[in-house]
Amino acid sequence: MQKFLFINPENCSGCRICETVCSLHHEKVCNPTYARIQVIKWESSGLYIPIVCQQCEDPICETVCPMGAVFKDETTGAILIDYDLCVGCKLCVTHCPFGGVMISKNGKITKCDLCDGDPLCVKNCEPKALQFIEGTAINFHKRRVAAQRFSELMQKLLTAT
Amino acid sequence: MVWNRKIAYINLTTGKVKTKEISKSLRKQFLGGRGLNMYHLYHNLKAGIDPLGPENLLLIGSGLLTGIPALGAGRCDIAAKSPLTGAVGDSNIGGFFAPELRFAGFDHLMITGKAEKPSYVWINDGEVSIHDATHLWGKDTFETQDQIRSDHNDEQIKSLVIGKAGENLVRYANVRTGMKNAAGRTGMGCVMGSKNLKAVATRGTMDVEFAYPDKLLDYCSEMNNQITSSRWARAQSKWGTLIIYSNTNTTGLIRTRNFQLNLLEDGENLEPEVMDEYTIGMSGCYGCSVHCRHRYVLKEGPYAPIFGEGPEYTSLGAFGTMVDCKKMETILIGNHLVNKYGIDTLEVGGIIAWIMELNEKGLLSEKMTDGLNLEWGNEEVVFELIKRISMREGDLGNILADGFLPAIAKIGKESEYYAMQIKGMSNLHSDERPTPSLALGIATSTRGADHLRSRPAIDLYGLPEELLEEIYGAPMSSDYTSYKGKSRMVWWQELLYAVTDSIGICKFQTVFCAVNAPKFEEFSKLIEYTSALKISKPELMEIGERIVTTERMFNNREGFSRKDDKLPERFFKEPTPLGLPIIKGKKIEKEKFNSLIDEYYSLHKWDNNGVPSEETLQRLGIENKQS
Ligand code: SF4
Ligand code: SF4
Ligand code: SF4
Repeated sequence: MQKFLFINPENCSGCRICETVCSLHHEKVCNPTYARIQVIKWESSGLYIPIVCQQCEDPICETVCPMGAVFKDETTGAILIDYDLCVGCKLCVTHCPFGGVMISKNGKITKCDLCDGDPLCVKNCEPKALQFIEGTAINFHKRRVAAQRFSELMQKLLTAT
Repeated sequence: MVWNRKIAYINLTTGKVKTKEISKSLRKQFLGGRGLNMYHLYHNLKAGIDPLGPENLLLIGSGLLTGIPALGAGRCDIAAKSPLTGAVGDSNIGGFFAPELRFAGFDHLMITGKAEKPSYVWINDGEVSIHDATHLWGKDTFETQDQIRSDHNDEQIKSLVIGKAGENLVRYANVRTGMKNAAGRTGMGCVMGSKNLKAVATRGTMDVEFAYPDKLLDYCSEMNNQITSSRWARAQSKWGTLIIYSNTNTTGLIRTRNFQLNLLEDGENLEPEVMDEYTIGMSGCYGCSVHCRHRYVLKEGPYAPIFGEGPEYTSLGAFGTMVDCKKMETILIGNHLVNKYGIDTLEVGGIIAWIMELNEKGLLSEKMTDGLNLEWGNEEVVFELIKRISMREGDLGNILADGFLPAIAKIGKESEYYAMQIKGMSNLHSDERPTPSLALGIATSTRGADHLRSRPAIDLYGLPEELLEEIYGAPMSSDYTSYKGKSRMVWWQELLYAVTDSIGICKFQTVFCAVNAPKFEEFSKLIEYTSALKISKPELMEIGERIVTTERMFNNREGFSRKDDKLPERFFKEPTPLGLPIIKGKKIEKEKFNSLIDEYYSLHKWDNNGVPSEETLQRLGIENKQS
């Protein structure tokens, strides 16, 4: 079954290990600026949100690409770029709502490729703010979190009465 | 390669900036961070200068490993001659500044002179410039960082800043970055203030090239697994350093009411679990998988709302056990105030506890108290004193802002006995009377009473003696109340921490509290994968010796010697009143302790007065500079 890169910002500690391992693996240098994943921080309120390509079901980057250079890798589920077709018009960069496609140092279009199905950021994220899991597991996780909130609320109501 | 990272010489008086390569041979001798800072301090400062004069240096250095995705490799080392002690001033800060500096093209900064008006240094992708900071002067440490970001319209900027305490030249003002990171000790923020330097801000987008990126990546994962699988790190991930309290307040290794008792009665409200109520998550420094800091919110009360990070065990002592306050909220507010004003939590806590004991003992004149009710447990007076000291408000605030030694001179000779300080610097709220190894560490530390220079915390675990011998390289007792072999423990830890501070990783991720944590052997590999340098374990230990002996030479030149490697008299006179049977009734035995110091000196190959011999200097390649 297809796995997804699932982000749970509540667990993120803001350590930036994901950014660094990403740049070391893909660019062979340490430089978070060119990492495919980035942690956006609101330091003074303690909010850390990792942002990376969502590998959409219906990718806008694919829709807007005039050259048909964006395609899906069926085994990993990653949305990839065919560099033989890409002319570097950057329409995908402009239109992706997540900043999922980016311009690399040499001007090439790049994006998260899920590290060929074994994302390094996930492997190195100790607090499990990043997980690579099956869709059913995500659904279950989401419901569990919702249920927990619901039960906390119920308990508050019960103790209040 | 990491080799192309430069040093910038910034003269605030003339406004001139020079940049230079850092020589590879110096790297091999001192690595980076604290090591290189100590080299520069020793070689570029004249003996006897005024720490608050323009000739003092402010040295800022990232580590040799800064930027790797492991072991909290975001540490930055800040050094100068200390305005608090007159000895080596040196303090280490986590967070995200050091990697950003590296991404901006620099590893080290040497700042001299004094700016005519409030200024800040701006370092961006290879360029260094000095800017007007008049609009930042007077702002707290949070506002200052925000303002610099909005001035440059870049949220990613990382800054080292000072708050009101630094501006007001409080001798133990710290340097801050982020919500809570602080280079707390030895008054580095005071040195910045004396230079009219409000901040050093940086932003970088340059590559840092490592020698073997793939090997490094794999090995970093291995390192992170190694540390996070230790019991200590797992506990710390959840409770932060507050977890230490659960141990020390059961055994009796904690100070309460300054130094009167060694357990806090009814102290359950300071247990780490209490933090659950305020915590919204944990937070980590750059490259850290331990994430030891709470992100907390205080919603109610006169100081609310507060969002903050921490608090550390240190603050739990400073605003809790030592002043007999028993509420977590007091600690959270105290933590917020010291972070805001930019003042060392440990020093200010130690000073407040001292003044409260003097008040109790009747050693403080009515006039001296400045109308404050200095009774134990009065949290309002703790907050008020943090403010008065930071602002140098009133006589008392002003006197205490200068630190222990000048305050003793003003308040009277009798007050000295109650001051839990060494070389003019306050000690942590730990009680070292039952533990000779820990006591030796604070007495001999080159920067004054301090637990982060050589503390062999694992001595407290009572590990099998074979394991101790394997780690420390010689037989020693596994009983933490024993003196046997403990000088070697301290010596070994001192070398390890000197190297740790020079490669720029977090002390919690080496053999500090976790036995199986990475140490010299692992550091060797990390150094090779990042820089291609092959430095063996014995060579790394020798680098540690070189750094510590350089610090020793600096201190000796300033008039320090064996006479200053001492403990407060109370350690010898008053036995511990409480605690486990093995801990209760303990004090340090003077003669045995003196022999420990002898042994410690001879391990370092220093003479009986703590002076490195010519032979040692030659072996380590240290020049004997007497002026
Ligand atoms: S590695 Fe995980 S915890 Fe660290 S910044 Fe990335 S997402 Fe957050
Ligand atoms: S790049 Fe953007 S639009 Fe394309 S798949 Fe990723 S998130 Fe979706
Ligand atoms: S363990 Fe704590 S201090 Fe050390 S790097 Fe991690 S978050 Fe920072």
